[in-house]
Amino acid sequence: MPVITYRQALNDTLGEELARDPNVLLMGEEIGVFQGSYRVTEGLLAEFGPKRVVDTPIAEEGFVGVAIGAAMLGLRPVVEIMTINFILVAIDQIVNHAAKIHYMFGGQVSVPLVIRTPSGGTGQLAATHSQSFENWFAYCPGLKVVAPATPYDAKGLLRAAIRDDDPVIFIESLALYDTKGEVPEDDDYVLPIGIADVKRPGTDVTVVSYSRMTAVALQVAQRMEQEGISVEVVDLRSLRPLDRPTIIESVKKTNRAVVIAEDWYSYGVTAEIAATIQEEAFDYLDAPVYRVAGLEVPLPYAKELSAASKPNANNLIYAIRQVMRGTKRMR
Amino acid sequence: MAEVAETTQPLLERATVDELKHYYYQMLLLRRFEERAGEMYVKAKIGGYCHLNLGEEATIVGLMAALTPDDYIFTNYREHGYIIARGVPPGPVMAELFGKETGVSGGRGGSMHLFDRKTNFMGGYAIVGGQVPLAVGAAYALRYQNKPGVVVAQMGDGTTNIGAFYESLNLAKLWKCPVLFFIVNNGYGMGTSVEAGSSEPDLWKKGASFRIYGERVDGTDVLAVRDVVRRLRARAEAEGEPAIIDAVSFRFRGHSVIDSDRYRDPEAVRRGRELYDPIRKFATLLLEHGVIDDAWLKAVTERVEREVQEAIDFANNSPDPKFEDLYKYMYATPVPNTPTTEDAIRAVKINHGEFDV
Repeated sequence: MPVITYRQALNDTLGEELARDPNVLLMGEEIGVFQGSYRVTEGLLAEFGPKRVVDTPIAEEGFVGVAIGAAMLGLRPVVEIMTINFILVAIDQIVNHAAKIHYMFGGQVSVPLVIRTPSGGTGQLAATHSQSFENWFAYCPGLKVVAPATPYDAKGLLRAAIRDDDPVIFIESLALYDTKGEVPEDDDYVLPIGIADVKRPGTDVTVVSYSRMTAVALQVAQRMEQEGISVEVVDLRSLRPLDRPTIIESVKKTNRAVVIAEDWYSYGVTAEIAATIQEEAFDYLDAPVYRVAGLEVPLPYAKELSAASKPNANNLIYAIRQVMRGTKRMR
Repeated sequence: MAEVAETTQPLLERATVDELKHYYYQMLLLRRFEERAGEMYVKAKIGGYCHLNLGEEATIVGLMAALTPDDYIFTNYREHGYIIARGVPPGPVMAELFGKETGVSGGRGGSMHLFDRKTNFMGGYAIVGGQVPLAVGAAYALRYQNKPGVVVAQMGDGTTNIGAFYESLNLAKLWKCPVLFFIVNNGYGMGTSVEAGSSEPDLWKKGASFRIYGERVDGTDVLAVRDVVRRLRARAEAEGEPAIIDAVSFRFRGHSVIDSDRYRDPEAVRRGRELYDPIRKFATLLLEHGVIDDAWLKAVTERVEREVQEAIDFANNSPDPKFEDLYKYMYATPVPNTPTTEDAIRAVKINHGEFDV
């Protein structure tokens, strides 16, 4: 398999799906002439023209609503929201409309829409440009939310999202765009939405993560091996539906769990995962589930303060050592 | 009510006798449907909110008379009359208000969320302004796929103050979308008058900074509404030119069935109902021109009474949605790790107290 970047995997997939289905079109701010704020749509305007690659004005509520309405008539829009922070002005259209339309109208119409957007914070983007809101959408029945961590998953899940007849929120990460990995060339390669992936098998502790935090977890797992701790990394890939059985199966094997996500600690994704483990694997736990998440502040600009507010490898190593202090249950 | 221009064209040059009679029948059907729906609400057959079209019958029937089967309609939550005038029988509409499986949205939507795929009635939407970008998107899809037809974005006067309306105007004009922004201006958004809520109370002018043409019409005159929609519809379809129609009418009752309308002067409301009753006005016009007589009026009144009663009977006799179908319409494309029929049955049993632990 060729090794390409996460960005290239997305760009290839968008191009292939545009070529495959004339009803697929891309919409978003600066995706065409500017070639994408983060160059994910680079070259696509030149290849497919302005009918298929549509530059929008700065009007997220308007063009997300337009995309939903167009999807109801059979188009398959793939919308880029420059970063997830800007999605808030479109949230009525996503939550009150896209998520409801199929169910509320008794299944008579569907909304085959993808909204791609990078989440999380890097590079001192400060309070309004560094947030993680994927849990807001994962909370909402009627949506599907995916958050791939590798180029391989990015390709398979973006294909699945575009071919899916429901609204899919596709979470990317600025910090992942330049990461590299193997990606299949097969035109029919698609990953199922709603299935987690054990990215690294282990026996002592389960680390549950998604998106950029999976990359952190894999690095830490390697390092922990040198300390004699075998870490299993469960990469969620989908936040809704949530693959609870894969999480539980792993925790039943390792008896310990750390959950890491970049969003804020209270009411965040880690809370949902910890609650799931408590409900379904209580008797298997040798230590309390440890949650690693962002510190609860509007992210400060100053470099050191900013970095200290987001979870990193050190936070995860600390958490793993903490849960390993308990004596392993004898069976 | 605001002033609007009047036409001098003779009545029978504007419509055939059959058309005129049909418009009258439709308006009366909507009137009785809504009056009976109000009764059913008071009897607790209908839950949630229930917004009636009383006083807006000419606006609705005039709009629908101008549309073709290729056209699509998105409305707000005051939409019972629209779906009926579009051609859906009153029975499944009343059944939806009753929350029945036979309702137009399978009992999942209710009064504010009516939908009918077959007639391109693309839904009632209950978040003010939410339907407007959707309608522009549908028009965008028609243009993209090179299909005939236009899209109507129906809304109330209060909607012209929300951001989604303005973003929609901009995108519709920018992208040449065949969409009509159809404002049902009954003078009040809940208890807030147009003048109290809008710095430009001439709502048809609100497209000016988007270079969108607008026009005001007497919403209590079915033929006037039909003619302006026909004209602007043709232009929208041929040229991708959106337009605003400001149809002025008089709201007969409060905002919804449970609104006691305390903020309006009772005497003004009584006078308004007399002056601006579109059905009474139309009956007088048709009688004056000898299009109908008292015997016909009596017969059509009886027919409408019977049809609305049949709709109520149909709704009453329809089954409720099944508990096991709670998750039935969750997703169009099934995916793993979603709740099942068994999950629904188990959850509902516990909710009903059917357990022995």
